[in-house]
Amino acid sequence: MLRFLTRRTLGAVITLVIISAVTFFLFFAVPADPARLACGKVCPPELLAQARHNLGLDQPLFAQFTAWLAGIFAGRDYGGLGHCPAPCLGYSFVNQAPVFETILDRLPVTVSLTIGAAVVFLTFGVATGIVAALNQGRPLDKIVSVSSLIGFSLQIYFVGTLALYFLVYQNQILARPQYRPFTEDPLAWAAGLVLPWVVLSIIFTANYTRMTRSTMVEQLGEDYVRTARAKGMTGRSVTLRFALRGTLTTVVTIFGVDLGALIGGAIITETTFGLQGLGRLSINAVTDSDLPVLMATVLVAAGAIIVFNIIVDALYAFIDPRVRLS
Amino acid sequence: MSTPFLSVQDLTVDFHTEDGVVHAVDGLSLGVEKGTTLGVVGESGSGKSVTALAVLGLHNPETAKLSGEILLDGRELIGAPRSVMERIRGAKAAMIFQDPLTSLSPYHTIGKQIGEVFRRHTGASRAAARDRAVEMLTRVGIPQPKLRVDDYPHQFSGGMRQRAMIAMALVCDPDLLIADEPTTALDVTVQAQILDLLRDLQEQTGTAIILITHDLGVVANTAHEVLVMYAGRAVERGTVREVLGEPHHPYTWGLLASMPRLGAPVDVPLRPVRGAPPSLINVPSGCPFHPRCDYPALAGPGLCRAERPELSPHRGHGDACHLTLARKQEIVGTLVQKREIVR
Repeated sequence: MLRFLTRRTLGAVITLVIISAVTFFLFFAVPADPARLACGKVCPPELLAQARHNLGLDQPLFAQFTAWLAGIFAGRDYGGLGHCPAPCLGYSFVNQAPVFETILDRLPVTVSLTIGAAVVFLTFGVATGIVAALNQGRPLDKIVSVSSLIGFSLQIYFVGTLALYFLVYQNQILARPQYRPFTEDPLAWAAGLVLPWVVLSIIFTANYTRMTRSTMVEQLGEDYVRTARAKGMTGRSVTLRFALRGTLTTVVTIFGVDLGALIGGAIITETTFGLQGLGRLSINAVTDSDLPVLMATVLVAAGAIIVFNIIVDALYAFIDPRVRLS
Repeated sequence: MSTPFLSVQDLTVDFHTEDGVVHAVDGLSLGVEKGTTLGVVGESGSGKSVTALAVLGLHNPETAKLSGEILLDGRELIGAPRSVMERIRGAKAAMIFQDPLTSLSPYHTIGKQIGEVFRRHTGASRAAARDRAVEMLTRVGIPQPKLRVDDYPHQFSGGMRQRAMIAMALVCDPDLLIADEPTTALDVTVQAQILDLLRDLQEQTGTAIILITHDLGVVANTAHEVLVMYAGRAVERGTVREVLGEPHHPYTWGLLASMPRLGAPVDVPLRPVRGAPPSLINVPSGCPFHPRCDYPALAGPGLCRAERPELSPHRGHGDACHLTLARKQEIVGTLVQKREIVR
């Protein structure tokens, strides 16, 4: 286990450095100039040069990247803005706020959104998938299959906008989506996020239903499930102890990937509901050419996916005794 | 004569598929007494496994339609409620399958899988079930059973897995054991060990065994009686000595001629049964074997194509073929002379 974690952590760090480098150099392949944006509409050449120097953009690209990278581990000194302690992700080009703090500020929004939605879609998706698999070919299965196909085809901005209009603005059934810290007021936290949770869950539930159903149908046809029935095990224990166990592996795999991706930023959901999470932050960073913020959001997103992948791989060993961590 | 311990009368199993109705088993009758072994042989698709699954009620009732009669110890199993079947399976009638790797759950230890059958049917405690699992592993010859009981199937060798399957099937001392090709997936040396084990256990417990196989050698060594199946029907039935010594049905001849054996003359090539097994949706008219048979001309013009032969005589050594007994004996004589089959 320790060897596994060491090896995977090392791999993760290397991957993140590569991803950061690619993002960094791609940024400069785009013709947008952050110095010009920072300088304003009327910008004489000497002011532009000054802005460029302030943002550190007058340095060679490679030196800029290594300085950024070193800042994460060792902190970094900025002339005008003082010392930025490790882990330093720099200051925003746009509002000069320390990026690390901005990330810490936005992360709870995205995490709350993700966890709440994950609870909903995992529970409903797996449950309906099992029901459909056990009723394979019957009307119930067909109803579930068709509705999950519809759910899968829906788009968040479409359902979200409709829900906002009818449930919030027209009829005031639900509160306007907003983020209130859980530690402050758990009820307000849940009330403010319930609509994004449900809307985000519609699409994911559909996916989990389809996946659980197909894997479960496959598992129910396995030889060892037949053996369990030949031993006289009751229908329920055959389903839960044998068939579901095999289905878990698939569900956990996809769940890990989805969680990572969602933490990285549910861009469309956050934009639709006006939530100030990481997704929103990253899309704004792109439009504002805000390199430090962009680098940080990419780092968090990639990091989340990598971490959840490691967790999933470690979980395999618990779910399936044939898997050895090595 | 009383009904045998397991008595199957006129069993049919139909599967309704999109392509049509598959007549997997069509009017099959068989009987097995306690302490004896019935070998069921035939090609793939001849209905051997379907019959076995039907006895335990393991077919999906929505796709498989069963009719006829299956009496286990005088009790009708066709149409029995699910809860009744669940109590019979594993306790009174157990089954072992062809591939012990896929047939054992990869997620549970061997001990758990054996013990849970015992707990399910006897209500024993966890500890008692574990002790019983160790005892069963000892009986089937697993070395160091106290250690191996906590192993997972993938940590066992193929032969050990099949031994564990047998331990699992016999943990509640069932009166009937159905072994569906129990040695097909195993090495030849291990095959013999497993068959010996089954025979030893049968001597101790008096279990009735149905041994499904396509290997006539296995039947010759293990079974008391033989049933040869073709296209879901019984084509020949009798004691091992009768069926293998005086085979009456052309299909049985074909099986014997296609079987390699030690000591057989090397200059006589093995002769496969020509053609392919028939479609079970459009079963050939008359005798289902007639398109692959070498002798329909000897039975009378068009008879084999037009009329379905019944298994006769009713008891003892019987076969379903239109040829006269004298004719069959003559042909067997020729085949033996040509050394195509060895008695």
